Amino acid sequence: MPDQAVSDLTPGELRDLRRLAAIMVPASTEHRVPGADDEAIFADIVRSLGRDREAVRKALALLREMAGGDFSRLDAATAETTAMEMLARGGSTVTALGRAVLQCYYRDDRVFIALGLEPRAPFPKGHQVEQGDWTLLDAVRGRPRMWRDVDGGGR
Amino acid sequence: MTTASGTSAPRPTDEIVDVLIIGSGASGAAVAWSLADTRMKILCLEQGDWIKPTEFPTNGRDWEARRYADFDISPNRRARATDYPVNDDNSPMKVANFNGVGGGTVLYTAHFPRMHPSDFRVKTLDGVADDWPVDYWTLEPYFAENDRVMGVAGLAGDPSYPLHQPTMPPVPLGRTGTRYAQAMNKLGWHWWPSDIAVATTEYDGRAKCINLGHCTPGCAQGAKASVDITYWPQALRAGVELRTRCRVREITTNEHGMASGVVYYDPSGVERFQPAEMVIVAANGIGTPRLLLNSASAQHPNGLANSSGQVGRNLMVHPWPQIYGYIDEEVDGDRAPMTVMWSKEFYETDPSRGFVRGYTLQFARGTGPANEAITSMAAGRLPWGRDHHRAYRTMLYRSLRVGVACEDLPEAHNRVTIDPILKDSHGIPAPRIDYTVSENTQRMMDHGIARSVEILKAAGCHTIHLPPPGVLNSPGHLLGTARMGHDPDHSVVNGWGRSHDVKNLFIVDGSIWVTSGGVNPTSTIQALALYIADNIKQRLANLFD
Ligand SMILES: Cc1cc2nc3c(=O)[nH]c(=O)nc-3n(C[C@H](O)[C@H](O)[C@H](O)COP(=O)(O)OP(=O)(O)OC[C@H]3O[C@@H](n4cnc5c(N)ncnc54)[C@H](O)[C@@H]3O)c2cc1C
Ligand code: SF4
Repeated sequence: MPDQAVSDLTPGELRDLRRLAAIMVPASTEHRVPGADDEAIFADIVRSLGRDREAVRKALALLREMAGGDFSRLDAATAETTAMEMLARGGSTVTALGRAVLQCYYRDDRVFIALGLEPRAPFPKGHQVEQGDWTLLDAVRGRPRMWRDVDGGGR
Repeated sequence: MTTASGTSAPRPTDEIVDVLIIGSGASGAAVAWSLADTRMKILCLEQGDWIKPTEFPTNGRDWEARRYADFDISPNRRARATDYPVNDDNSPMKVANFNGVGGGTVLYTAHFPRMHPSDFRVKTLDGVADDWPVDYWTLEPYFAENDRVMGVAGLAGDPSYPLHQPTMPPVPLGRTGTRYAQAMNKLGWHWWPSDIAVATTEYDGRAKCINLGHCTPGCAQGAKASVDITYWPQALRAGVELRTRCRVREITTNEHGMASGVVYYDPSGVERFQPAEMVIVAANGIGTPRLLLNSASAQHPNGLANSSGQVGRNLMVHPWPQIYGYIDEEVDGDRAPMTVMWSKEFYETDPSRGFVRGYTLQFARGTGPANEAITSMAAGRLPWGRDHHRAYRTMLYRSLRVGVACEDLPEAHNRVTIDPILKDSHGIPAPRIDYTVSENTQRMMDHGIARSVEILKAAGCHTIHLPPPGVLNSPGHLLGTARMGHDPDHSVVNGWGRSHDVKNLFIVDGSIWVTSGGVNPTSTIQALALYIADNIKQRLANLFD
């Protein structure tokens, strides 16, 4: 269940995060998917920050510092360069930010459908898996014993 | 009675029991089930809750997110009220566990190999560490009994093991397994379908696996053999009592140096005393040394059962590098039990490889849509921005992953101690671990990584990703911190699990391991617990002599 706690991000942080999300995972007509800044997806991201909330705030503070103020006000080219520079730094804060975005993006119905997946929970329907080619095991069946019989218990 | 804090027995005091088990995980459940037929009064205290099938993540659309939240494998991130924190800052290997009825088996992947006969004789065969005081053949009937109660899918006839008969057919090879098998045959290397504690047919009242593909954070179908649905229902029906949300703070001793019971916190946080004739610790390789060290008293200043100084030492955790490869066709992804097969090609010692002992190669299927993105992003495989969607589509359900399950040998400096600052929600001092990867293990890992690359190439991977330096998967195998042995100066418990120092105190969990083998440990942990329970039953007349 997503964390239902009301977001305590400031309006400025929310604006920056949404702009950043659009750069991280942009909308694509080619792949028929919304961006991570899509209204429903973004609301899910904000609602579900959970254990990553403080790390995401730290990432946003860093972004703001790198932007020299409001990240959301930067022109498109500068915003993209700044965002990519920040994301390239990696580390636990960026990982947490990425997780916060991706865990919600990749559960959106439209994204699932575009990927050819059924938009549902795994349970109770489960999945079908083919048996695969068991004849491949014939190459191993005849091998001599490989284990070391140290205590004379081998039969 | 003396307690760690030096105070007299706290109140209220519960009615005395014959057997008190601390911890309801893999070993605690097995020992409770086995002892139930003695008709003794048996009580198990467990700090966590029962987890209902409806609580498992695969019930909801947020199933992947919850593996990073309330079903995270790290107690520090999961941070449920029922968890205790672990300071693992000074270790490249982190602690993974679950604190609830079923212990680690609630979250385990259910890969179920046994130790090999040679694993019990490492000193004799390879001149390192110590031999175990038990051997494979002594444990063999207990392995079989455990397989029967847990339910194990697999295939008899693996040339890398003594003959044994899994109770159900193996999990499907699927498309992923077929790719691996073709690669292994090309290389001429051993592989075999893994023993996996998953019901591939209906089994003992349990439904069969429907390939929810999310075994690790719990099985909503009830097909994965976690002990809350295997041993515990039977033990409870046989009269064992299990109390949840009861966290043991310390084991107390009397003037005769015998364990007299435990001090614990009940579900409402009240400190109570539970007297017992016999105490069995099953709190795992971290929880057990923590408890023994926290039970220090005037009589036992270095911790209970610790006259050897070995409590907490020799921590073994199985460093486990994982090597990813991507192929150009869709395979199983997360839509089947995660592990499919193993290889023992490099398991037994071959000195020409530059290290002693060996490793299992464990072949995994892929992961789900969100987790593929999250893990690939964290590893730097998946770009942000315009190229994200194209790159992602070359990854989803196209990954292969080989894990190198390395045996790490016991080393005294790898250890669990009590953190001077960190405490759990009851104010009980928390454990700290200090661990370094040995040179032998490092060489073994390098060897295993190189072989895995060969396998992934043979499987047709166009891209292969090595683990970044220093990044080690932590499989939740917590072993060795209260080792078994004949010599009281160098071990904590004897050859059948009884403490050398305190004659009515037993340990049955992974902490009693002498060496770690290169396999997932639960099958052997449980076989040992059943063996110890049988010893207790056979020796009841003079158990404490
Ligand atoms: C993510 C993950 C995947 C894994 N995959 C595999 C696998 O595929 N195959 C395999 O063989 N193994 C696997 N394991 C390991 C397996 O879970 C453990 O080996 C096994 O559960 C250990 O059994 P145990 O009895 O030693 O302890 P546990 O099962 O850990 O049980 C210990 C119990 O003691 C309780 N406890 C501890 N301290 C106290 C206290 N003070 N008071 C009251 N209760 C207490 C805990 O809450 C816990 O329930 C995995 C583990 C994890 C976390
Ligand atoms: S793959 Fe099978 S065993 Fe694993 S969680 Fe799904 S149904 Fe359960």
